Amino acid sequence: MIPRPDPTLETLVLNMGPQHPSTHGVLRVVLKLDGEYVLEAHPVIGYGHRMHEKMGEVRNVSGFYANVGRMDYAGALSFGHGHVLAVERMLGIEVPPRAEYIRVITTELNRIASHLLWFGAFLLDLGAFTPILYSFDDREYILDLLEHVTGARLTFSYFRVGGVNRDLDERFIQGTRVFIRRMRSRFEAYHKLVTGNVIFRKRVEGVGIISPDMIRKYGATGPVARGSGIPYDIRRVEPYSVYSELDFDIPTFPEGDCFARYRVRLAEMEQSLRIVEQALDRLPDGSVMAEKVPRKLKLGPGEVYQAVEAARGELGYYLAGDGTDVPYRLKIRPPSYSNLSLLNELASGVLLADLVAIMGSLDLVIPEIDR
Amino acid sequence: MTDVFPPDLIRLIVSFVIVVAFAFTNAAVLVLVERKICGHIQRRPGPFEVGPHGLLQTAVDGMKLMAKQMLVPRNADASLFRAAPILSFVPPIAALIVVPFARLLQVRDLDIGVLFILSLAAVNVLAILVAGWSSANKYSLFGAIRAVAQNVAYEIPLLLSLLTIVIWVGSFRMSDIVAAQGGFWFAFTPMGFVAFLVYFICGIAETNRAPFDLPEAESELTAGFHTEYAGMGFGLFFLGEYTNMLLVSAIATTLFLGGWNGPAFLTTTGTGFWATVIQTLWFLAKVYGLIVVMIWVRWTYPRVRFDQLLNFCWKILIPISMANLAVTAVWLKL
Repeated sequence: MIPRPDPTLETLVLNMGPQHPSTHGVLRVVLKLDGEYVLEAHPVIGYGHRMHEKMGEVRNVSGFYANVGRMDYAGALSFGHGHVLAVERMLGIEVPPRAEYIRVITTELNRIASHLLWFGAFLLDLGAFTPILYSFDDREYILDLLEHVTGARLTFSYFRVGGVNRDLDERFIQGTRVFIRRMRSRFEAYHKLVTGNVIFRKRVEGVGIISPDMIRKYGATGPVARGSGIPYDIRRVEPYSVYSELDFDIPTFPEGDCFARYRVRLAEMEQSLRIVEQALDRLPDGSVMAEKVPRKLKLGPGEVYQAVEAARGELGYYLAGDGTDVPYRLKIRPPSYSNLSLLNELASGVLLADLVAIMGSLDLVIPEIDR
Repeated sequence: MTDVFPPDLIRLIVSFVIVVAFAFTNAAVLVLVERKICGHIQRRPGPFEVGPHGLLQTAVDGMKLMAKQMLVPRNADASLFRAAPILSFVPPIAALIVVPFARLLQVRDLDIGVLFILSLAAVNVLAILVAGWSSANKYSLFGAIRAVAQNVAYEIPLLLSLLTIVIWVGSFRMSDIVAAQGGFWFAFTPMGFVAFLVYFICGIAETNRAPFDLPEAESELTAGFHTEYAGMGFGLFFLGEYTNMLLVSAIATTLFLGGWNGPAFLTTTGTGFWATVIQTLWFLAKVYGLIVVMIWVRWTYPRVRFDQLLNFCWKILIPISMANLAVTAVWLKL
C-alpha cells in the first residue's frame, strides 16, 4: 500500500517525517508526487506508541490518572474528564455539582489553550511566524491559571473519580475573569493580523474541501466535522457533566475548507469563554469530592462507553470490567485518529504546500493517535 | 617602487578589502538587527544573553558556524556541493563595486553599471540550483526547482522596472542616474513610483525572503535547498542572503530614492571629506530603511503558494511593468 520508489515511473516518492517541521510530532507521511502535486499520501503511525491502553488494563483506575494527560498534551483535561466520567458511570457515583462545574471550567480553559496552540501552529505551517508568539502569550495566562489550581501546566491529572483533587480559590476565579476580558479583546487583534490577510485567505479558502459525506464515511468529528456543516458536538448531542445547564452555541460553517475549520475554532474559543463565564457565575458551594467513593474501585462486571467533546473531536472511553479493580479492557477512541484517516482522500491532487495547510487544519496531535 | 606597486593595483586591493569587510560587517549587523526587530514584533526581547542586550550574539554564532565541520552527504556531488555556497556569496559582493555610496565613494563607475549588477545577481539562482542539485536530497531538489522557476519569472518585471529608469536617464551608469535625481527622486514621480513598487516586490522575491521564501520554505521543505549544509557552508548562504538584501536595497536607493542625495535642503554635492561622510550617511540610511521594511514584511505575512507566486508575477507584475515602461517611453518622446 505504501508506494515504493520506482525509477521507471515519472513520480517521486517523498518521505515526509517522522522528523518534519509540519507533521507536529512523529507522524510519517509517505507521499507519491508528480512534480509538486501530491498523488497519494499514506500516513504511517505508531512512532510514538506508548501502550497507554495496555497500561490501562494492568493498573487500577487511580494508577491510570497520570496516563490520561499524556495522550493529548494540548488538551489533556478532556482526556481526564472522559476517563473519570466512564468510571463514575460504571460505578454509579454521584459527583457534587461544584466538582462538575470546576471540571467544566478547567476543561473549557484547556480547550481554549489547545485552540490557541493550534492557531499558532497552523499559521506556522503557512509560513507566518509571528502569530504563534501572540497566541502563546494568551495561552500562557491559561497555563498559569491551571497551574495554580492543578499544579501542572501541560500533562494535567487533576480529575479524580468522584470529583477533583483540589478546590478553586478566589485567586483563580478573579484571574479567570480578568483573562476572559483580555481574551475577548485579543480576538480583534487576531482577526486584524490573520483573518483579513489576503495571502492567508488565498492559502486557505477552497483548499482541502471535505464534504459531509466524507465526514460520515471516515467518522471525523470535532471542528473538522463542524467546518463541513455537521453540527455534531458531544456537549450538545449527548450532554454530559453540566453542559445541559449552560447556554452556548455550536459554531458550524458549511464550506468544508481550511478557512471554515479556522473560523470554527476561533468561534469555539469565544463560546468556551461564554461557558467559563456562566459556569463561574453559577459555581455552587459545597464539596469537590463525592463522599461515598470506595477506596478500592471494583469495576463491573459490565461495560460502559463514555464520550466527551475533546478539543479535536469525539473522545470515547470504552471500559469493560470483570469485578476486579483493574479494567478488563480499556479502549480509547481518540478524535485525531479518525480525522487523520481523511488525509489520503483529501490530499490527492493538491500541491505540497496545500497538503501542509490541510494537515495543519485537521489539528492533529500525534501522541494521541499513537497512544 | 611605484613601478612595482602601480597605484591602480593598490586601489584595487584596498577597495576589494573594504568591500568584503563591509559585506561581512553588514551581514553581522543585519543578523542581529533582524533578530532584534523580529523579537520586538513578536513581543519578546530577541537575543539578550551574550554581551549587553545581546550585541555579541552574532559574533558567537559566527564562531560556532566556523568551528563546525562541513559535512558532505554520501551521495552528493562533492565538488559542486562545496562550490555552491561560494557561488552564492561572491557575486553580490562583486556587484557592490559599482554601487555609489557617495559622489566619490565608488570603486568603479562602469558605464554599464546597472547591467553589471543584474548579470551578477543572476548568478545567485545558479548557486541555489547547484546547491539543491548536488545535495542528493529530495527536499533540496524541490527547493532548487522552485528557486529557478521563481527567479526566472521575477527577473523579468525587475528588469522592466529598472529599464524604465534607464531610458528616462539615458544611461546605464550609476553616477549618471544619481546625478539625474538632484532635484527630484524617481520614486516620487508616478511612473517611477510604480517601477519602484514593482522593483521592491521583485527584489524581495529575488532574495528569496518571506513571503516569497519558497526555496527554503521550512514548513514544507524542511530547509529547502540548504537542508544538507552545515557549518560555514550554511553560513556562506546566510552571508549571501544578507549581502543580496543589501544589494537589492542599494540598487533601489540608487535608482529610485536619489542615491546619496539627501532631502532638498540637507543635501550636498561636494567632494570634500565631510561632504562624502554626509552623502554616505544618507545613502546608508535609505538602504537600511528599505532593509527594515523587508524584515518587517517577513515577520508579518504568511508564505504564498507556489502557483500563486508565479500567477502574481506573470499576470500582475509583468503587465504592470510593461505598461509602465510603455507609458514612460511615450512620455519621454512627447
